[in-house]
Amino acid sequence: MASLGAVINHHSCWVPHFTDHHPQSPSNPIHHFLRNPDAISSSNNTTPFASNRFNYTEAGRRLDSIGDTTDDTGVLNFPGGKVKFTPEMEFVSPSSTERIRCYRVLDDNGQPITNHNFVQISEEVAVKMYSDMATLQVMDTIFYEAQRQGRISFYLTTIGEEAINIASAAALHFDDLIFPQYREPGVLLWRGFTLQEFANQCFGNEADYGKGRQMPIHYGSNKHNYITVSSTIATQLPHAVGAAYALKMDGRDACTVTYFGDGGTSEGDFHAALNFAAVMEAPVIFICRNNGWAISTPVSDQFRSDGIAVRGQAYGVHSIRVDGNDALAMFSAVEAARRIAINEQKPILIEALTYRAGHHSTSDDSTKYRPAEEIEWWRIEQDPVSRFRKWIEANGWWSDEAEYKHRTTIRKQLLDAIQVAEKSKKPPIAEMFADVYDVPPSNLFEQERSLRETIQRHPQDFPPDFPF
Amino acid sequence: MAVVFQAIGAATALSSANVFDSKRIQFSYGRSLSERKASICAVRSDGMLYSGSSPRGRKPEPLISNAVATKAEGSTASAASKPGHELLLYEALREGLEEEMARDPTVCVIGEDVGHYGGSYKVTRGLAEKYGDLRVLDTPIAENSFTGMAIGAAMTGLRPIVEGMNMGFLLLAFNQISNNCGMLHYTSGGQFTIPVVIRGPGGVGRQLGAEHSQRLESYFQSIPGIQLVACSTPYNAKGLMKAAIRSENPVILFEHVLLYNLKERIPDEEYVLNLEEAEMVRPGEHVTILTYSRMRYHVMQATKMLVNKGYDPEVIDIRSLKPFDLYTIGNSVKKTHRVLIVEECMRTGGIGASLTAAINENFHDYLDAPIVCLSSQDVPTPYAGTLEEWTVVQPPQIVTAVEQLCQLQ
Repeated sequence: MASLGAVINHHSCWVPHFTDHHPQSPSNPIHHFLRNPDAISSSNNTTPFASNRFNYTEAGRRLDSIGDTTDDTGVLNFPGGKVKFTPEMEFVSPSSTERIRCYRVLDDNGQPITNHNFVQISEEVAVKMYSDMATLQVMDTIFYEAQRQGRISFYLTTIGEEAINIASAAALHFDDLIFPQYREPGVLLWRGFTLQEFANQCFGNEADYGKGRQMPIHYGSNKHNYITVSSTIATQLPHAVGAAYALKMDGRDACTVTYFGDGGTSEGDFHAALNFAAVMEAPVIFICRNNGWAISTPVSDQFRSDGIAVRGQAYGVHSIRVDGNDALAMFSAVEAARRIAINEQKPILIEALTYRAGHHSTSDDSTKYRPAEEIEWWRIEQDPVSRFRKWIEANGWWSDEAEYKHRTTIRKQLLDAIQVAEKSKKPPIAEMFADVYDVPPSNLFEQERSLRETIQRHPQDFPPDFPF
Repeated sequence: MAVVFQAIGAATALSSANVFDSKRIQFSYGRSLSERKASICAVRSDGMLYSGSSPRGRKPEPLISNAVATKAEGSTASAASKPGHELLLYEALREGLEEEMARDPTVCVIGEDVGHYGGSYKVTRGLAEKYGDLRVLDTPIAENSFTGMAIGAAMTGLRPIVEGMNMGFLLLAFNQISNNCGMLHYTSGGQFTIPVVIRGPGGVGRQLGAEHSQRLESYFQSIPGIQLVACSTPYNAKGLMKAAIRSENPVILFEHVLLYNLKERIPDEEYVLNLEEAEMVRPGEHVTILTYSRMRYHVMQATKMLVNKGYDPEVIDIRSLKPFDLYTIGNSVKKTHRVLIVEECMRTGGIGASLTAAINENFHDYLDAPIVCLSSQDVPTPYAGTLEEWTVVQPPQIVTAVEQLCQLQ
């Protein structure tokens, strides 16, 4: 008879995996349950992961039975695979003599370095890429100014990282789910988010998809497959892995893409997400915007590894380092990554080297911790937008006139959008209590009623146009 | 005015328990552990109907062997009419889980050792063989991250169930649960829903040590956007599991390490319980005892003793920890005018503290006495068996508290 005082099921959680529970072969000296990666990848099942991992694999092999090698190094099949022995004691150095090379297609003057090994993009795509990069620049300038004028409370620019934003977005498909950090509005822009929609979110008015519940720049749009920005750093990385896992289960022709900065790679979630993605063979593209700064922390204080690309290798993830200010290189790399991720069902890590040419946000003055000349140099000399402009102009697809026309049009549209957004009403009180749950429970019902009563009783304490 | 804190049971060493009033009953607490274990028998739902009311006087009453009211009193599925089938609580959880997985292909399980190993408490046993590795996913040891994974998967259309091997491990997932799970539906303007279920065993078990005896319901109760439920019988475990999976909101389902082997007969036909409803375990007239999870059994044990002494307690298993079922609780308070809360949480900031505040706020006029809350002390759970016993509310303390409450006019 079962009793409350029954002992906890003794298959408790603290039994290590390698304990031999398997009764079948008592004569085997070592009989471990080993996850042999080869067994899994060689599976031809339509449903990978079916029952391969449940096959027991004999891991142990006696030392003296290895007589087939003539050299005296020898091999032992520890859990995890074969490894060769060496009598030389050598501490592996943290970095090789040469850093991982950076893939680049256009030189500083926007001319292709080589004629192969990059994706030839059409005029249409190139022009859209360039105009979106220019739009992003104008948008950043104007919204930044709007914050300085007190019209919005906060803003965060993407100056210097326009190529990463737009080129990566251009190489992806609309179905690919985006899990952004916060410096990737360009991806939304590429997918068709209008200037008005950006303005609405920044002003938190009733037309904002987020219904005024988040700070500016915390965009999100399910119809654009762009998950709402959350202020927490690197929490979106495991989300992306989970979503990729869902896509994998569905067998869909899509992947997830997640962005993060150099600082975000110090978070535990970065480590676990890469690890999970590798173990689960999930179709995720991890794009790290290594822009050299995490607010005031330079990368030399953030990590001591050879950047981020080298870490992917440690987790078993294919990685590449790309010149993030080179739109063509970004495009090619992301396009290739997407193909590998979906066709081969594996994660890819892309480290895009760039520079954060603006301040961290409107709450930051980066001249306090880095020389103004350095910022200027990167902003002007290494501007990814003008570099790409040189390339499309060399192809005859753009001109000064087109430039002028585009920038003035966008500027005007933005100013109009801001005016409209500013004048729009704020979301009503009901929106404060909606969407906490699917249906408001009784306590929230109560709290809303109480709030409304308070406002009615003391109307003089609330602005006259308070949205009821 | 007696507010009963921890009545440190043993009549022996702890006379230094300074919260003790010397006039109070010093009951002998000398029964051995094994004796006590034997007296805690399995709860059966097809118990005898408690008939007749007990007068206030101390007339001798026949010993009631079963103080649990029959289920037919209020719930939809009547276990008394259909034969049903008997199973243990962890099997009931698994049954609920399996039925939902069969019904909806987007339901999946994520956790450590849930796959081929079957879960450290066997709740997911057999599921991986039946549904494959992807739907019953073994994860590396990174609670924050696989909870994050579940959130991302949920936003993409899956309905994941995250199993924390022990609730205490989910403290590592607090960032994801608080900042993302509870929030993203709201901050995205309702664009992304997160129908996850986070479940796992918690509570004080048998000498598992402080780190494995956590009661997380008190830490999580403040997080907006999530619902908390605690199961206590195989019947409600299965019903709540199914309800949690079908809910569009993130739900945290608290199980208890010691309750997994409870046996009960549950209906054969499908049933889903209401996540926000409390369970009337035993109607009564004299005092309302509110409890949940394992403490329900200590309360029922105390109720047997109380009934023999002539009291008629009403016992409610609140089940829904967030939001509280103030309707059921309120009706009870209006009837009995006295409230005793028995919980396993720590005193400070526990579920009992919130419940006390809620009842005081809403039903102050109906109370004849201050609300009494019995909780564990604000100490990490000690390992030694005797110390651990004393850190958890025991039936004799509950009896004393009720007697104290009922003597106040």
